[in-house]
Amino acid sequence: MSGSGAVPLRLRVRFAKTGKIRFTSHRDVARIWERALRRAALPVAYSEGFSPRPKLSFGLALSTGHESMGEYLDVNLREGALDADEAVATFPARVDPMLPDGMVIQAVEPLAPGSDSLQEAVTTCTWLLELTGLDPDGVVAAVDRTLAADAIVVTRERKGRAANDDIRPGILGLQVLPPGTGCGVVEAELACQPRSLRPAELVGALDPALHARRVVRIHQWTQAGGARREVIPLPPAATLAPHAQVRA
Amino acid sequence: MAQVNRDIWAELEPHLADVEKPARYIGLELGAQRPAHAPHKVSWLLTYPDTYEVGLPNQGLQILYEILNERDDAVAERSYAPWTDLEGVLRRERIPLFSVDTHRDAGAFDVLAFNLSAELTFTNLLNCVDLAGVPVRAAERRPEHPLVAAGGHCTYNPEPIADFLDFVVLGDGEEAVGEITEVLRQWKAGGRTEGSREQVLRELSHLEGVYVPSMYEVDYDGPAIKAIRPRYPDVPERVEKRTIADLGAWPYPRNQLVPLTEVVHDRLNVEVFRGCTRGCRFCQAGMITRPVRERPADQVRTMVEEGLRRTGYDEVALTSLSTADFSGIEGVVKGIVDGNGPSDDPMSCGNVSVSLPSLRVDAFTVGIAAQIQKARRTGLTFAPEAGTWRMRQIINKLIREEDLYGAVDSAFSQGWRRVKLYFLTGLPSETDEDTLGIVDLARNCVELGRKHNKNVQVKASVGGFVPKPFTPFQWFGQNTVPELHRKVGLLRDAARGNRSLQLTWHDPKATLVEGLMSRGDRRLGPVVEAVWRRGGTFQEWSEHFDLALWESAMAENGLELDWYVHRHRAEDEVLPWDHISAGLHKDFLWQDWQDALAEVGLPDCRWTPCYDCGACTGYGIEHVVASPVPPAGGSQGTGQDLFRSSGVPVALTTKPPVGAPS
Repeated sequence: MSGSGAVPLRLRVRFAKTGKIRFTSHRDVARIWERALRRAALPVAYSEGFSPRPKLSFGLALSTGHESMGEYLDVNLREGALDADEAVATFPARVDPMLPDGMVIQAVEPLAPGSDSLQEAVTTCTWLLELTGLDPDGVVAAVDRTLAADAIVVTRERKGRAANDDIRPGILGLQVLPPGTGCGVVEAELACQPRSLRPAELVGALDPALHARRVVRIHQWTQAGGARREVIPLPPAATLAPHAQVRA
Repeated sequence: MAQVNRDIWAELEPHLADVEKPARYIGLELGAQRPAHAPHKVSWLLTYPDTYEVGLPNQGLQILYEILNERDDAVAERSYAPWTDLEGVLRRERIPLFSVDTHRDAGAFDVLAFNLSAELTFTNLLNCVDLAGVPVRAAERRPEHPLVAAGGHCTYNPEPIADFLDFVVLGDGEEAVGEITEVLRQWKAGGRTEGSREQVLRELSHLEGVYVPSMYEVDYDGPAIKAIRPRYPDVPERVEKRTIADLGAWPYPRNQLVPLTEVVHDRLNVEVFRGCTRGCRFCQAGMITRPVRERPADQVRTMVEEGLRRTGYDEVALTSLSTADFSGIEGVVKGIVDGNGPSDDPMSCGNVSVSLPSLRVDAFTVGIAAQIQKARRTGLTFAPEAGTWRMRQIINKLIREEDLYGAVDSAFSQGWRRVKLYFLTGLPSETDEDTLGIVDLARNCVELGRKHNKNVQVKASVGGFVPKPFTPFQWFGQNTVPELHRKVGLLRDAARGNRSLQLTWHDPKATLVEGLMSRGDRRLGPVVEAVWRRGGTFQEWSEHFDLALWESAMAENGLELDWYVHRHRAEDEVLPWDHISAGLHKDFLWQDWQDALAEVGLPDCRWTPCYDCGACTGYGIEHVVASPVPPAGGSQGTGQDLFRSSGVPVALTTKPPVGAPS
């Protein structure tokens, strides 16, 4: 920690992870960012001690193989190295070229001092699930059945033991997207707290015959004064275009 | 014939979520290329026959990848052995082996070129060729099939896999790949017609450093080899390895690949020299890569600086067979460490650490290590290789006990708490006293450490010795599995009760098969094939290694493990690799073997007269050392007294090293 009392500059970065790169793991992505920031020669703050690490904090892990149109990362910069406006303005141009194909910076904001960490702040995520295994009517029926259920009990492993959980309260939104968006595409808003409801668990609960051949996280939401707010909202064009990219 | 435009990615993608670590198969690394294929370009698929994690860092493969892609008439992509889960998917879904760069069908390349760094990967080579849809036996391939090639240290005796290889590149590949490309370009232009395969292979056999196994015939006399002869008068009787004279002319890799997922040696690697003159008699790498060719210190500095900036790595390894011997080591290390202050330089965003993968055993080396490893002093590794001075004279690893203790004491006193020591057992004329000397040394190191810290740890790692071709020990009969087990047992008993001393050992059964492949001949082809056909892949991996597969395949082919592995060879025996030359005179090696048995050491020839091993004189080049002054550290930690004359068998006058005052 710094002893001077000055406030270090923190940036919150929103980025996409799509295509082949989705097969990298959460740890891989952390390493990719560390190296990209070094290559961009950005004045990233480092921890002290025997093994200094760049001060980066990542949001909720994205499972290997899932894509995302809204991943987040907080970057601490060295005190006084850059002013906030300059850092925000130049960050994408400096860092984006250093990222591999499929990882794209979407937005950068300065982070107010004392902000919650991403892990604390994000309460729900919206997912697009491209499903196979049932025809479109079957998918609609499974969604209706799930929404009508009072409780959906699944068995999960917790600390090495099987535990029964009702996942129904974790399903905050569920709809089949209209035809044209692609057959069997479901949009779901799932809770991240107190435990994350994973898309694979939802698919299993919808119908054992279903299989998600593509999973895309499209939004991460926080609560502010009782209202849902996206961590960093994008202009409408930017959010719509990627939806259109979801393959039929 | 394989379809050229098959989109393997589309076929592969739906299955990747079901396999372990799918990032191994996606490519996209920093430095990865997407070369444009064209009918007039020769396409190479450079394949490492083990997992991506093991194969990606291979520097030889990366060097050739760049050199080939810089040519107008070649393209190169990369491939690695798919893990067993993906192999199952590929076979079930009838998807061929593919390149990770553009996900192209391996069978659509002109050359499948393998890097062979370990004998136990031989069956993986067959598996990759088969997954590419290519017949595993060279004789069954047709004009439309790729040529299957190999290079790397194991190819100095490629005979056990001669049946499966169309051609072999011996030694440094930097220049040879271009010459091969030119021959193959003509072949392609000629339409790869019926019968042209044999013709192009014959042409390749005329290139220096290229060995075409099918152009040679082996005559046997009972179990012994009578003669190995070329089939045609225009094919050389002996194939000489390739040697590049000036490492400074080849500053590769320029764009080292930076993987997206975890691999071994995940750091910037800069090769500081090639070759070694220490003359350790067990060490094949040191013998076959002679002469020493240093990279100019300024070029090393530039490659480190530019490499760190380009890759974003925070660690750089200065690689060679003995990096503390690099004549520019102090200056280079100082440059990296000093350029490590707080500034906006990317190299300074956090600390850059330097690693010397092959530490010399002396206090000087520890001093260098202390200079670069200011923080996090956890472990240092040394390789005394044998437990007694007698044994170390036999293997010519001339480290005195004082050198080791000086190094270890220096390490513990400067804050390191763990020391790892590498040893070999099963060495020529090794007695139980020699074997037990390993534990004595390790125990003394523990005692030294306890003076500085109560919680020191000494780890002694023991490997069974495998005699290798082109070393003075190529005539030595390897220890049997029971004998190696017995020696490991002696060591375990002796080490028992010392909590600070940890002993680990390599599986003697794997050592047996390494020995079989290391000095085997062409009659082992059916054995390798049978083991592969019965699922014996990934034999490097202890969970997959299966000695029973090898034993039964040997028995079925009427061959004896004992004859191949444990038998001492006579001076006049024709060795399976006698038609190959690593530049070393056979009589030099034999003399060195006799010296070993007489317990006579042979000091480093860089600062003593020449022994005429053949490596320099044969190529008309001298040791290329960047500085005329012997590196700091006095005796080099070898116990070598540079001022006393040593009984050298042959004394030729050598030119002074480059840059020396005349």
